Amino acid sequence: MQSESMQLCIQTRNLNLWYGQFQALKDVNIDVRHGLITSLIGPSGCGKTTLLRCFNRINERFSYVRTKGEIKVLGKNIYDPDVSLIELRKSVGMVFQRPNPVPISVYENIVFGLRIHNRFGVFQKNQLDEIVEKSLIEVGLWKDLKDRLKVKATSLQLEQQQKLCIARLLPLKPEVILMDEPCSALDVEGTRAIEDLMYNLRGHYTIVIVTHNMAQARRTSDECIFMLLGEKIEHDRTENLFLNPRDPRTAEYIEGRYG
Amino acid sequence: MNKEVNTDIVRPKQIPRRAFAAIAGEKLIELIIRLSGVSAIIFVLAIFFFVFREALPIFFSDHFDLFKFLFNTQWYPTSAVNVRYGTFALTVGSISITFLAMLIAVPFGLGSAIYISEFCGPKQKESLKIIIELLAAIPSVVWGFIGLTVMSRMIISITGAPVGVNLLNGGIILALMSVPIIVSISEDALKAVPDSYREAALALGATRWQIVYRVLLPAAKNGLLAAVLLGVGRAVGETMAVLMATGHAVQIPHGLLDSVRTLTANIAAELGEASVGSDHYHVLFLTGVLLFLLTFAVNLTADFVIRGIRRK
Repeated sequence: MQSESMQLCIQTRNLNLWYGQFQALKDVNIDVRHGLITSLIGPSGCGKTTLLRCFNRINERFSYVRTKGEIKVLGKNIYDPDVSLIELRKSVGMVFQRPNPVPISVYENIVFGLRIHNRFGVFQKNQLDEIVEKSLIEVGLWKDLKDRLKVKATSLQLEQQQKLCIARLLPLKPEVILMDEPCSALDVEGTRAIEDLMYNLRGHYTIVIVTHNMAQARRTSDECIFMLLGEKIEHDRTENLFLNPRDPRTAEYIEGRYG
Repeated sequence: MNKEVNTDIVRPKQIPRRAFAAIAGEKLIELIIRLSGVSAIIFVLAIFFFVFREALPIFFSDHFDLFKFLFNTQWYPTSAVNVRYGTFALTVGSISITFLAMLIAVPFGLGSAIYISEFCGPKQKESLKIIIELLAAIPSVVWGFIGLTVMSRMIISITGAPVGVNLLNGGIILALMSVPIIVSISEDALKAVPDSYREAALALGATRWQIVYRVLLPAAKNGLLAAVLLGVGRAVGETMAVLMATGHAVQIPHGLLDSVRTLTANIAAELGEASVGSDHYHVLFLTGVLLFLLTFAVNLTADFVIRGIRRK
């Protein structure tokens, strides 16, 4: 039992969330295992993005969001009063649906996290250079961008922008990377590149990915969670969920009867 | 499962032609819109033309010298023996008061725009915006009146200056007048920054203030610059308030507590007294041309600066 819970990276218990009067999550209990890729699937409006946005508490920037329940990230309830949002977001990185690099240079985008988390620290130029190089190599952008580090990040191709958005998380050494439909703005090649990248990052980080694309969930993830109307329906190893769904609603969804 | 669909029922119809009146009406509206678009150009050219036409005869006057007009500080347009038309002190007056006003208005304006767009709640936001619009609606003569009475007395009692209507007074009044423009334009510029940038920084663990200066300011710099330059335009062109609040003395100011006179205030105060067709009358119009060129130069540099930033 002890070793079982050690492997868990994110746990939610009776998680409820309301947007104003509308209840978007209903008593969600999930356990995300450490170091694996877990996908969240379900039809539009089922709460998968909402759930993902709970894990770094970025939902709370809107004042009409109310949350009840418990979320443990690495054993620590992130709704405890002594939790620092800044530290939480440092260890739980997020990649968004549309690539959203900040409109500054590629270089500055990558060291952005370091700069904001080390407000008064002085960085050595070569130290930063090294970090930038390492991060770009890790996401496979170094070859393309090593001569264009001063270029404005928003002028890159979408695929490169999305990789950059992943690369800028890495200097902060996050435990978890949350991905909210990271390929929906990309073409086939871009999607393939991001999926390869996810595969390479697998094991080093716990990755939770929301996707509309069932085939993508099947290709990329180790475990899969199916959600419907704000509830968790089924959580299993991906191949089990797709081959032997236990719940009839899951079966109908993956057969494409609705969604 | 394939059902036979009877396609005979759906017969292709001819698309009817539009009525002539509808087409003509459309064209008419298009013409009106085009005219109103072009009218701005016509008005600017016309204004420049008429002001310049009134100013032109001064170039043929014996008492006039263009170099002296621009760089001499002596402004004695009505002297019986030695008429001198030097506007340098007036130009310096206009520039210094604009500079001082911007020194005060830009930090306040940008600060309040940042507060309104990023920090305050929705209710407070609404009320603040209404109040700032109210500030913009105060007529300039009322501002001048405040400068002449309230501000002037305050400046005398605080600084001990002999006169309260001076550069400082006019600068503060002008700053107060430019702040609403700066606030509303820069607030628009900040609002136009895509929310995804804020979210990106927030998800990396940035604080609100870090989001402002690391993300929003770089992203909105064009709009913010435009806001500041509109404020400059407002300050350079303002007449009534500075006429009342600056003391109206023709001199190059050596300190904040010196009285100054601006190009605009000078025209407003003297044009009524100058007899039509006299040298004095013509030279005042030339001052108008100078003012026009000054604001034109400000706008043009602004344009170049913004374009330069954009190219990067």
